[in-house]
Amino acid sequence: MDELVLPPAMIETMTAAADWVIVLPVVLALMGAAMALMLRKAGSLSFMLAALVICAVIACDIALLLRVLETGPVSMTMGKWLPPFGISLAADLFSAAFALAAAVVTLVVLIYAEGESGRDERDGFHAMVLLLLAGVTGSFLTGDLFNLYVWFEVMLIASFGLMVLGGKPIQLDGAVKYGFLNFLATTLFLLALGLLYGLLGTLNMADVMRVAPAANPAAMAGVAALLLLAFSMKAAAFPVNAWLPASYHTPPAAVSALFAGLLTKVGAYALLRSLVVVLPASRDLLEPLLVAIAVGTLLIAPLGAIAETNLRRAIGFLVIGGVGAILAGIAVPSQEGIGGAGLYVFHAILTMTALYLVAGLIERGTGETDTRRMGGLYAASAPLSILFLVLILATAGVPPFLGFWPKLLLLQTGIGEGGWSGGLIVVALLVNAVLTLIAGSRLWGHVFWRSAPADGNAAPLLPQTWQRLGATAVLVSMVLAAGLWPNGLFEGLNAGIPDMMDPARYVDAVGLAGASP
Amino acid sequence: MDYVLAALIGCFIALGVYLLLSRSVIRMLLGMTIFGNGVNLLIFTAGRLTREVAPIIPSGLDQPEGVIANPLPQALILTAIVIGFAMFSFLLVLAFRAYQSLDADDTDTMRVAEPVDEPNPPLSY
Repeated sequence: MDELVLPPAMIETMTAAADWVIVLPVVLALMGAAMALMLRKAGSLSFMLAALVICAVIACDIALLLRVLETGPVSMTMGKWLPPFGISLAADLFSAAFALAAAVVTLVVLIYAEGESGRDERDGFHAMVLLLLAGVTGSFLTGDLFNLYVWFEVMLIASFGLMVLGGKPIQLDGAVKYGFLNFLATTLFLLALGLLYGLLGTLNMADVMRVAPAANPAAMAGVAALLLLAFSMKAAAFPVNAWLPASYHTPPAAVSALFAGLLTKVGAYALLRSLVVVLPASRDLLEPLLVAIAVGTLLIAPLGAIAETNLRRAIGFLVIGGVGAILAGIAVPSQEGIGGAGLYVFHAILTMTALYLVAGLIERGTGETDTRRMGGLYAASAPLSILFLVLILATAGVPPFLGFWPKLLLLQTGIGEGGWSGGLIVVALLVNAVLTLIAGSRLWGHVFWRSAPADGNAAPLLPQTWQRLGATAVLVSMVLAAGLWPNGLFEGLNAGIPDMMDPARYVDAVGLAGASP
Repeated sequence: MDYVLAALIGCFIALGVYLLLSRSVIRMLLGMTIFGNGVNLLIFTAGRLTREVAPIIPSGLDQPEGVIANPLPQALILTAIVIGFAMFSFLLVLAFRAYQSLDADDTDTMRVAEPVDEPNPPLSY
């Protein structure tokens, strides 16, 4: 019998064993979700399983990060077909670091949620958290645009489930708005993908980078504009941000925290990846629009937070403000700009989650959701007020807290860029910092500093479980430590930025069929 | 043929957007479905139309002999249809539950999460 000769489009060498770490986080989380679904009636067993799975995911993410630091971008292609045909997963330093941060935050939220009451209302909670983590990790690690769409939908269906878990009327109301607008955003993304496929005949990111320069620039700009619209909706950038403050305060605090840390950041990361790395020429055409969106988001969001009295809705506006800072980096993608945007995503994943966790502690302790009926909590719990203040300062970007470092890079890039776009971004960032500080200190003043209002909570804080306090404290100390010792982060940025600026190593790692070996 | 389909896609998307702009949740849901089908049709058309040649490679060959239909857009659409159907089912159930517990299928009257007549925020600090 003749020896089987494989066509040149097939992979003949095994993927290096160490490169398998790129697929493990996604596979583990998906399998864990399936098992957690089977164990959903088993009480704490399903929690133990979910915690173990997330620990394993964190270990794989760390291994992936070390591997990327050592050898540069890592890629693996499914199904034995070379990349434009097979579906690739590909990670550079940015995606690996975000995947790690997402998994860490998910573990913290999982422990926090274990301390929440009403467990019987949370049927399937652990399964959906793992599914959400799988979707988020997949979005960070994928090297294929259609695959990114699929991970978006995995994330979306898991977040739908988490949002309505418990089924209170307010949750259903929030979920209707969240559901329709996010489904519309992913459908718009799919529309852009259809047009992109029609233009280029490929959806693999590395392959798109190769063939996009030869395509009609006007048509590509149209596709990029659709991608911008779709991802801006996912990231809740102005003017398509209205769904976020309408929905993020409705589910339990742990779920809000998970959403705030992960979902909008995936949208921002998708913008960074698709516009800055994959379609840089089209991004240049859209630059005025990007500057306008960034400035609008930076200015509108903290104003919304100042005008809002519901604690978690106000924090929702602060989340949107953070997206504005990331967009500022995408609008001016110099070395510092990309570094600032990347570092801000990392900062926002940790800080926004922690902010919602603290808000959950406050709401649980006082039994109120509206800051108008809160007050005098400083006397009841000084440590809680310190946690909140640290996070507010980190969000506003006051040195030496974590939020300062990315904003410093973004300011540098704005000044370095010069011209009207750089100037606008610098002014908007500074005004945003001041307004965020006003909004945050106003919240802090109302909740903690002023004396309790007559119709509000006069009673001392209700007791909290140790899981909730411990998880929050750990996350806040991570934010604090990363802000006080940012050297490691900057070294990581220096190693990661070159691959975002010039994706040659990334394309090499993916190893397209027909490319010179 | 491409032009006919392009016009049809235009109609689908326009109708979908029109229905999505409505305030009734059920009309929005129908709009979402029509919009999604327009997008599916767009992917199909963007993959180039080839009539009556199935994408099957004869045995003993590495590649097809002549022009065949492009199978990839069909795979993409199949994925998108399945996902779209799952989302539609979820949103349909959600709309029904929202109608039951909020007694509203009009987004203007659906204001539990965002109350309209709240007093102004306090002026202190």
